[in-house]
Amino acid sequence: MKMVTAVIRPEMFDAVRTALEAGGIYGMTVSEVIGRGAQKGIALKFRGKTVPVELIPKVKIEMVVRDADVDRVIGICRANGRTGKPGDGRIFVLPVESICRVRTDLEELEDPEEA
Amino acid sequence: MIDSGATAFILVCTALVMLMTPGVGLFYGGLVRRKNFISMIALSFIAFALVSIQWVVCGYSLSFGADINGLIGSLEYALLQGVGMEGYGIPDLLFAAFQMVFAGLTLAIVTSGVAERIKISSFVVFGLLWTTLVYDPLAHWAWGGGWAAQFGALDFAGGTVVHISSGFSALALALVIGKRLGFGGHGMEPNNIPMVLLGGALLWFGWFGFNAGSALAADGLAANAFIATNIAAAAGALAWLCAAWVRGRPGSVGIISGAIAGLVAITPAAGFVTPIAAIPIGAAAGLVCYGALLFRVREGLDESLDAWAIHGMGGIFGALATGVFAVAAIGGVDGLLYGNPTQFLIQVVDVAIVVAYSFGVTYVIAKVVDTVMGLRVTEEEEYVGLDIAQHGESVRV
Repeated sequence: MKMVTAVIRPEMFDAVRTALEAGGIYGMTVSEVIGRGAQKGIALKFRGKTVPVELIPKVKIEMVVRDADVDRVIGICRANGRTGKPGDGRIFVLPVESICRVRTDLEELEDPEEA
Repeated sequence: MIDSGATAFILVCTALVMLMTPGVGLFYGGLVRRKNFISMIALSFIAFALVSIQWVVCGYSLSFGADINGLIGSLEYALLQGVGMEGYGIPDLLFAAFQMVFAGLTLAIVTSGVAERIKISSFVVFGLLWTTLVYDPLAHWAWGGGWAAQFGALDFAGGTVVHISSGFSALALALVIGKRLGFGGHGMEPNNIPMVLLGGALLWFGWFGFNAGSALAADGLAANAFIATNIAAAAGALAWLCAAWVRGRPGSVGIISGAIAGLVAITPAAGFVTPIAAIPIGAAAGLVCYGALLFRVREGLDESLDAWAIHGMGGIFGALATGVFAVAAIGGVDGLLYGNPTQFLIQVVDVAIVVAYSFGVTYVIAKVVDTVMGLRVTEEEEYVGLDIAQHGESVRV
């Protein structure tokens, strides 16, 4: 199992979520975040002066998926979250050791898609 | 001779109408994306401050100075010369102040057309030109003894002057400045619905001063306007609610939009129709404006916050309805329903001229400002949002 974390432009979120649903990926945790990449945000020109805007609003989507689904999920996020300009975001993949359900005391879940 | 009761009443009404301008700011601020929340509210304050100064320098005189060929007032009252503490019923200074808050509100409504993409510097220049070249002549035509008043057109509290002019000007401005980045593709959901409702509530509240105060006296006509105003707002809110319900869910933004549609439509009529006539006027306005909004969305026009659909089309409907429902027992003039079709035709001509003038002149002003200094912020500033790009401030700390 892997945790796929996609940090994308807020305005692309609806398109990404819809595409993930169409691809059978329903479980996700979504947060509004602010951040920056190596360019240190955006530099606005204002009356001859440069005004840095260092932290830009983004949406972070976290999904735990089967190993076999990782490439597909990354592909969906890339295809639907891309504008081609700097600031489109990043996707991180982390290993997941276990998943437990809060509601019951049953054993750990073997499959993230398990109901 | 000053009437202290009337003076006290109009002082309060003036303050009530002032509150409508920040009300528009909160209403519009809640409807845009969070990155432009402060910008929308600030634009309303800028509009009010700008017009307040323009008004005492020349706006009041251009609107209410001695008539020049039915088109504009003279500059006899420039810098409030000759406008003093005496007057007929209320002090002349109070009348100038009451009219000033109308003018400021009208420019604030126009910001709908440029939401989330206007440069403040350009808005200041545009606003000064617009209020001088569009608002002041229209106010003179309707209330300052201009051709519309001589022609017999009825406009109690500003259906043509405030609402048709702001609605069609917002549309012209939106066409010149262009659609927002990503319009039609990206989600542009309102960021704060309770703020929209609060702004709408302030508008509804202030509208009592707007319409009842337009009687310019604390009398029965003011009472008629007051209750007609509330009835039309309620009928508009319920009509829009039902229409939206039929199509899906009765959203709260629609309910308050319907109330504003009703308020807009009763504005020209409030001193000429019976309170009960406000029911069909308000309800029909809710449906007309809802239809106009759906039309705008279908056509892909980014007149972002629907000043055209609600103020422009609601204003047209209200001005025409005044010619239908007016009754001599209230305002001294009969309309179509009471056997005077001429009044309806006068309203039609007045509406057509005001629509053409406000749309045409605004389009030219916007084109000139756009050519000389650019109306729109850069693509990057629009992306980051005008709160940070224009004000260096942010809702989120």
